[in-house]
Amino acid sequence: MPPLIRCEDIWKIYRLGDVEVHALRGLDLSIEQGEFVAIIGSSGSGKSTLMNILGCLDQPTRGRYWLNGIDVAALQNDQLADIRNQEIGFVFQSFNLIPRTSALENAQLPLFYRGMSLREQRALATTALGRVGLQGREQHYPAQLSGGQQQRVAIARALVTSPSLLLADEPTGNLDTESSREIMTILDRLNKEQDITIILVTHEADIAAYAEREVVIKDGRVLTDRNTKPGVSLSPTEA
Amino acid sequence: MPAFILLTVLTAIRVLGRNRLRAGLTMLGIVIGVGAVIAMVSIGEGAKAAVAQRVASMGTNVIIVLPGSTTVGGVHGGQGGAVTLTISDGMDLKKRVPLLRDTGWAKRDVMQIINGNKNWNGPVNGISPSYLTIRDWSFASGGPFTQQDVDTAARVALVGQTVVENLFDAGEEPVGAVIRIKNVPFRVIGVLAPKGQSAQGSDQDDIIFIPFSTAERKVFGTQFLGSVGALFASTERVEDLVPASDQIRETLRLRHRLQPQQEDDFTIRTQVDIGKVQEGTSETLTVMLFAIASVSLLVGGIGIMNILLVSVTERTREIGVRMAVGAKRRHILMQFLIEAMTLSLVGGCIGILFGVLGARLATVIAGWPTIISGNTVAAAFAFSVAVGLFFGLYPADKASRLNPIDALRYE
Repeated sequence: MPPLIRCEDIWKIYRLGDVEVHALRGLDLSIEQGEFVAIIGSSGSGKSTLMNILGCLDQPTRGRYWLNGIDVAALQNDQLADIRNQEIGFVFQSFNLIPRTSALENAQLPLFYRGMSLREQRALATTALGRVGLQGREQHYPAQLSGGQQQRVAIARALVTSPSLLLADEPTGNLDTESSREIMTILDRLNKEQDITIILVTHEADIAAYAEREVVIKDGRVLTDRNTKPGVSLSPTEA
Repeated sequence: MPAFILLTVLTAIRVLGRNRLRAGLTMLGIVIGVGAVIAMVSIGEGAKAAVAQRVASMGTNVIIVLPGSTTVGGVHGGQGGAVTLTISDGMDLKKRVPLLRDTGWAKRDVMQIINGNKNWNGPVNGISPSYLTIRDWSFASGGPFTQQDVDTAARVALVGQTVVENLFDAGEEPVGAVIRIKNVPFRVIGVLAPKGQSAQGSDQDDIIFIPFSTAERKVFGTQFLGSVGALFASTERVEDLVPASDQIRETLRLRHRLQPQQEDDFTIRTQVDIGKVQEGTSETLTVMLFAIASVSLLVGGIGIMNILLVSVTERTREIGVRMAVGAKRRHILMQFLIEAMTLSLVGGCIGILFGVLGARLATVIAGWPTIISGNTVAAAFAFSVAVGLFFGLYPADKASRLNPIDALRYE
C-alpha cells in the first residue's frame, strides 16, 4: 500500500516585491495511513507553508505531492476543492466557526458542498458532534460555547466527511491547559480508535508529545524525523 | 445542486434577517423605485384608458368637418368662425362619398333653459336625426326625434344628464315635461344616457338636442339658413377614415369652387387624429416614468452592491473556511449572488405592495382612475431580480476570487 502522503523535493518560492522568499527548499516527507505526526518548527521555518500544501490550499512551486495516490500538484482549483472536501479535515487555531450559526450547521458545512440532502447532512453532523461529546449542544451558537467546545465543533466539522487526513494547525493555541488536554485526548482517541491519520502542527512540546512521530522543520527542510513512542510499530519512513 | 440552491437561499434569508436594519435600508432604494414605478404606471395606464374611453365616446369612426376661419378687417375669426358649411354640403357628401355610412350636422349656441322656477344655461344643439347615431348617443328614457319632427320643425327636445340634474327635482320625470328655451316651449321626449367627459375634458352630458330646423327657425334666429356649425360623418371601418376624409376634402373643395392655390375653407378631423394627440401625451409620460424608474433602480442597485462589498469584507474568514472545507468558486459566487437577489427581490415585492397601495390611494383619495396590470407587476418583479443579479455580480466575483489561505488569516 502506498503511503497516504508522499512529498518529493517540494519547493515553495514566494515573491515579495523584489525579494524571493524560499519557504520550502526541497522538502521530502512520507506519512503512512494511521500515523499521528507532530510537525514542529519555529516561525519562519516553513511549517505553515507545508501545512497549506499538505492541506491542498496551496500548491508547491516545484516538486511532487501525492495524497492517497493522487498527484495533487497537477490539479486545478475545483479539483483541489473536491480533494479538500473528501480527503481532508481542518482544525484551526482560531476555530474558524461561522458566527451566529448553530454548532450543527457548522458541522454540516462540508456536506453542504457535496449536494447531500438536508436530512443526511443533519444525521451525519449530529453523529460527528456526538463523537466529540457535544450531544445536546447542536443548536448552540459558537458564542454560547466555551473555547474548548468551539474547537470540538471544529473537530466534528473536520470529521463529518470521514476524511483520510486530519490537519490540526495549533489546535490548542487559543485554549487553556484543561481544554487543551480535552482536545488532545479527543484527537488521540480518533487516531487510536478510528485509525484517522492526524498531522499536528505545534510549537508546544507537551502537545507534540501526544504524537507518535515528531518531524522538525527548519529553513524549509526536514531537520529531524523520529519515532517518539518506540514500541508502537511504525513503518520506516527514511531510508 | 437544487438542494444547494435551496439551502443557499435559506442561508441568505437568515443572514439578511440578522441585519434587519441594514438589509431594510439597503432595500429601500429598490422599494421606492419599484413602488413609484408601479404607482405611476398604474395611474398612467388608468389615465390612458380613460382617454381611450372618452375618444370612443365620440362615436365610432367619426369624421368631423368644421368651417374654416375668416378674416374680417384684419381680425382673425378663429376656427369655425365662418359660415362655409351647409346642410346641402352634408347631403351631397353622402351621395358622392360612398365610403360614408351616414352624415349629419349640428349647430350650437348656449341659451337659457327654464323649467318652472329653475333655469340653466346650457349648449343647445340643433341636429339632424343622423347625428345621434353617428355620435353613438343612447337613451336613458324616452327616445329620439324623427325626420318628420325635423320637417315640421317640431318643438321637441332631448336632454343630457347634467341638464336633467340642474333643471329637474330628484324623482321628477323629465320625459313629457315642457321646458322653455329662449321662451319657446319644448316638450322633452328623451333623456340621454350619460357619456362623461369628452377627450378634451368637457362635460358631454351638459347638452340639449332639438331638431335642426326648429333651432334655425324658432330659436337661434340664423342669418344664413342652412349653414351648420359642423358636419359629422361616419364610416363602416376604421381603415376608411383616411380615404373618406380625402374624398370629403375633394368634394367640398369642388362644391366651394376653391382654386388649387386656395386653402381649404374647412377643417377635417377624424377620431383617430384626436386619439393620437392623447396618445402622444401619454407616451411622453411613459418615457419620463422609465427615466425615473431607471434612476431609482440604479441607486437601489448601487446600494445593494455597496452593502455586499461590506459583507464580503466582513465575512472574509467565513469565505476562507467555506473554501477550505470544499466550496468551489461557483459555490461562493452563487452564495453572494443569491444574497443580492434575495435583497432586491424582497425589496421589489415590498415595492410592488407599496405601489399597488399607492395606486389604490390615488383612486380612493384623489379619484384618479388607475389600472394595475399583471404585466407591470411582472416587469417590476423581473427588473428587481435583474438589478440584484447585475449589481451582485461584482461583489460575488470578488468573494469567489479570494485566496483561501489569505481569507483564513484575514483579521
